[in-house]
Amino acid sequence: MKDARASRGCVLQLRDLHKRFGATPIIRGVSLDIDQGERHAIIGPNGAGKSTLFNLVSGLFAPSAGSIRLDGEPIEGFSPFEIYRRGLARSFQVTNIFPRLSVFENIRCSVLWSLGYRYSFKRDVAKLSDANARTGEVLEQIGMSARRDVRAGVLTYAEQRALEIGITIAGNARVILLDEPTAGMSRAEAARAVSLIRTISVGRTLVMVEHDMGVVFDLADRISVLVYGEIIATDAPTRIRENPAVRAAYLGTGPGNL
Amino acid sequence: MSESKTASPVPERRSGALLQWLERRKAWLFAAIVLIILPHVPGLDGNFGRSLLSQMGIAAVFALSYNLLLGQTGLLSFGHAVYFGLGGYAGIHLMRAINAGLPIPMPLVPLAGAATGLAFGMLFGALTTRRAGVVFALISLGVGELVFAAMRILQGFSGGEEGITANRGMGPHPFGLTFGPQLQVYYVIVFWSAMAAALMAAFLRTPAGRMCNAVRDNPERAAFIGYDPVRIRFVVFCVAAMFAGLAGGLHALNYEIVAAEAVGAGRSGTVLLMAYIGGVHSFFGAVLGAVTITWLQVSLSDYTTAWQLYLGLFFIAVVLFAPGGLSGLLLMHRPILGTRAFLHVVKSYAIAALPALAAAAGAIMLLEINYRRATQPDTGARMRLFWMDVDTSSVWPWLSAIALLAGGAFLFNRCRRLVANAWQQASDEARTVGGMQREPRP
Amino acid sequence: MLEIITFSLLNGVVYGLLLFMVSSGLTLIFSLMGVLNFAHASMFMLGAYFSYQIGTWIGFWPALVIAPLLVGAIGAAVERYGLRHVHKQGHVAEILFTFGLAYLVAESVIMIWGRNPIENRVPAVIDFPAFLLFGTSYPAYKVLMMAISVGMFAFLYLAFRRTRLGLIIRAALTHPEMVGALGHDVPRIFVLVFAIGSALAGLAGVIGGFALLTEPSMAAALGPIVFVVVVVGGLGSITGAFIASMLIGIIQTFAVSLDYSLLDLLRVFHVVVSSDSAFHEVAAVKIAQAAPLIPYLLLVVILIFRPRGLLGRRDA
Ligand SMILES: Nc1ncnc2c1ncn2[C@@H]1O[C@H](COP(=O)(O)OP(=O)(O)OP(=O)(O)O)[C@@H](O)[C@H]1O
Ligand SMILES: [Mg+2]
Repeated sequence: MKDARASRGCVLQLRDLHKRFGATPIIRGVSLDIDQGERHAIIGPNGAGKSTLFNLVSGLFAPSAGSIRLDGEPIEGFSPFEIYRRGLARSFQVTNIFPRLSVFENIRCSVLWSLGYRYSFKRDVAKLSDANARTGEVLEQIGMSARRDVRAGVLTYAEQRALEIGITIAGNARVILLDEPTAGMSRAEAARAVSLIRTISVGRTLVMVEHDMGVVFDLADRISVLVYGEIIATDAPTRIRENPAVRAAYLGTGPGNL
Repeated sequence: MSESKTASPVPERRSGALLQWLERRKAWLFAAIVLIILPHVPGLDGNFGRSLLSQMGIAAVFALSYNLLLGQTGLLSFGHAVYFGLGGYAGIHLMRAINAGLPIPMPLVPLAGAATGLAFGMLFGALTTRRAGVVFALISLGVGELVFAAMRILQGFSGGEEGITANRGMGPHPFGLTFGPQLQVYYVIVFWSAMAAALMAAFLRTPAGRMCNAVRDNPERAAFIGYDPVRIRFVVFCVAAMFAGLAGGLHALNYEIVAAEAVGAGRSGTVLLMAYIGGVHSFFGAVLGAVTITWLQVSLSDYTTAWQLYLGLFFIAVVLFAPGGLSGLLLMHRPILGTRAFLHVVKSYAIAALPALAAAAGAIMLLEINYRRATQPDTGARMRLFWMDVDTSSVWPWLSAIALLAGGAFLFNRCRRLVANAWQQASDEARTVGGMQREPRP
Repeated sequence: MLEIITFSLLNGVVYGLLLFMVSSGLTLIFSLMGVLNFAHASMFMLGAYFSYQIGTWIGFWPALVIAPLLVGAIGAAVERYGLRHVHKQGHVAEILFTFGLAYLVAESVIMIWGRNPIENRVPAVIDFPAFLLFGTSYPAYKVLMMAISVGMFAFLYLAFRRTRLGLIIRAALTHPEMVGALGHDVPRIFVLVFAIGSALAGLAGVIGGFALLTEPSMAAALGPIVFVVVVVGGLGSITGAFIASMLIGIIQTFAVSLDYSLLDLLRVFHVVVSSDSAFHEVAAVKIAQAAPLIPYLLLVVILIFRPRGLLGRRDA
């Protein structure tokens, strides 16, 4: 398996990444290689900087120092839409949808760019059969077909989480970052989300932050452990479980359920 | 707003195609027929009526263009009249050129307005749409003041406060049309207005138009699905400026005069009032607002000099109690429309309307008397109020006004329960009849 | 020349301080509540009208105290009975509410004092020459204006730095939830800050009213300039508002005294613009004539080169 990864090459490469807010260092020298086609989980205690790391990679913040390469090309300091257009999409830990649009519209807006419609104002969206078909497909995948005409803002929390994932995957990005996709879900809902993530990650690269260790060990090919803005270990799940540094970090910070 | 039909790939016979086309554009066709007939309806078939209709058409285009900004993209502008007024100046200067012999038919004048609106929209849009929210609002205000001040200084171009004039009847007369009579101008205005409305509606159905709503809801997320929110804002800003310019061109054609106030803060405020009072959440709200406010302006300003005060009060009431505007109030009734209890609701409205009218009459009396005393002290104590002669130096008008106001307000407060009950009944019924998604609130 | 510069500078500083009195209240309200108060300049106008009215009844000195207090009370009422209820509908509704309010205040002023400018003259008690400069006397009321503004700021600064209440307000500016969680009545703080901001604008109205024209449209005339100050300084920054106020105050005052146009400049370089070219009209505008444009031009320039304003945080 390891050899297969190596031959497929690395899509996302972080080198000595730093981020400070004011004087406070939050990310303190992260280096990480994400391989083509792997499912990579990032775990770590609350406030370790996992979401901040995603924010750097996806372009919400510019890093204070260090480099980020997507497919070998530097993207640090790029704006979110530029990074998205290079094939990287992300979801948010705090639900981030279009509250006054219908579920259907939420997804359809998210497929437009990837199908090449850009800022076109010559075509009627109702007649874009590929966009509408793709939207239907995504709705089916996230199990929201029956709720397609509901305003997103009035959905239940779990439904909004599902929509959040739907918006992220709708554009068929090659690299997908999911920030705590199952947070706050019931067991059954989480199980559905996991199988959805498994389906959509086929043929793509997936990086996810997740607190639920069941989900992590179930899905991930490799795991990185982020503590206080530093990666203390990156390895296969079984070996992470036995890593003394990881155990120390987790036992030292409280609710470790490794 | 939730238009979300997927293309229906039903195979159709050739002969059915036309019928289907008509079917799909039923609402537009209906509107077109009404607009053609309106200036011949008794009451509106005089010069006054036709001129009122023309004004409404112009205001509707202007308000619709404003709705693209505020309602669809969440951009609160306090300087939208800039594009209206500059479009108007372009129109009037073109008309003067035509008067001087340029062989262009008058009905094409609004296009010059649209082009000018677009050009300045691109110029100022590049500057202002980099920021959204409060900062955008402030910048739009600043740009508005800038252009207004410039127009007042450049007297030669703008004619300053007095304005510059042209003659729409002087030029080529295609098909023997002189565009002198108000009716001919009305049809020119209706043509361009309908065209503009259709184009704006179409714009909202394009990818760029749909993304306007997305950017309004959540610009941050829009960036994470590939769109640059600044670019989207810029695009919609230009489109809105273009149609505002078209409205300005129509204004030039209709009034044959454009003055500096056309780009001023007053007009920017009025279009905001129109769009908001009509309701920003729906497309036709802007039209409703434009028609209502224009009518109020024209009819109220005949009766009272305090009409701006009433307009302000009306606006604040809408902001406080009906954020969806008039169209929101109307659409609120859609879920209960078919129910039997709907009649009760209407009845309760009728009952509540009586004390409300009484209170309003009391308030109006107070305001009018005060206004008269402050602004026209030299006209003496006697004035006409509601077709009555009133002596404002005696205590009776004051007392009766206060009594009307207080009594009306008290009774109205009581009636609110009546309305709420009727609503409860109706929405309960609606919920049992058909699955409703949202609970309407009275 | 030196005379013109000195006087322009003095007048510019007076005008700048006036602008700062209005814009600092606006900034305070904005940073605390995120509300852009479009009726803020209306408070300035009310200050002018109230002081005139009270002045004719009981004299200027009592008016100087009572009028700002009255305006502050009105501000408090606006927050308590109006804005607070619109708050849940979001910022656009809040702005629109204050926008409508500005409309209403103007109309109410018309209803009470009429449409024409009132005779709001410099009160006799302060209308005497304060000192002689280059043989010209400098009026005492302008000195008083300067003294009052500076004194007011010193007082407020100390109050904010040294009192418990000031501490709480400063905390609420940055962390309203936390202050609420600590058991302080945040809505009351909002009312208070709104009152203070309005009273500041009212005070500016008292001392600025007779320097400008006291008429129903004075709010509409001053409002946009105050907003320019706030944007140029950087939304939410008091120091920025101060710098921008001074900048605009001084530049505009200088501009008024400059009777030159682009034509004059071009003439220096022996360029002559024929009087029938389209450019001639633009080039012939005197700087003094274009003075009203200057704040807005400054706004445009700032937006191009520094979109967040002089001292603005990145995402206000
Ligand atoms: N925009 C910001 N400004 C200042 N500090 C920030 C900002 N964003 C995050 N932080 C700080 O950075 C630290 C890391 O936050 P981050 O959200 O990345 O943690 P996390 O690992 O995702 O935690 P969790 O598991 O709770 O989601 C926190 O202490 C947070 O307060
Ligand atoms: Mg996180």
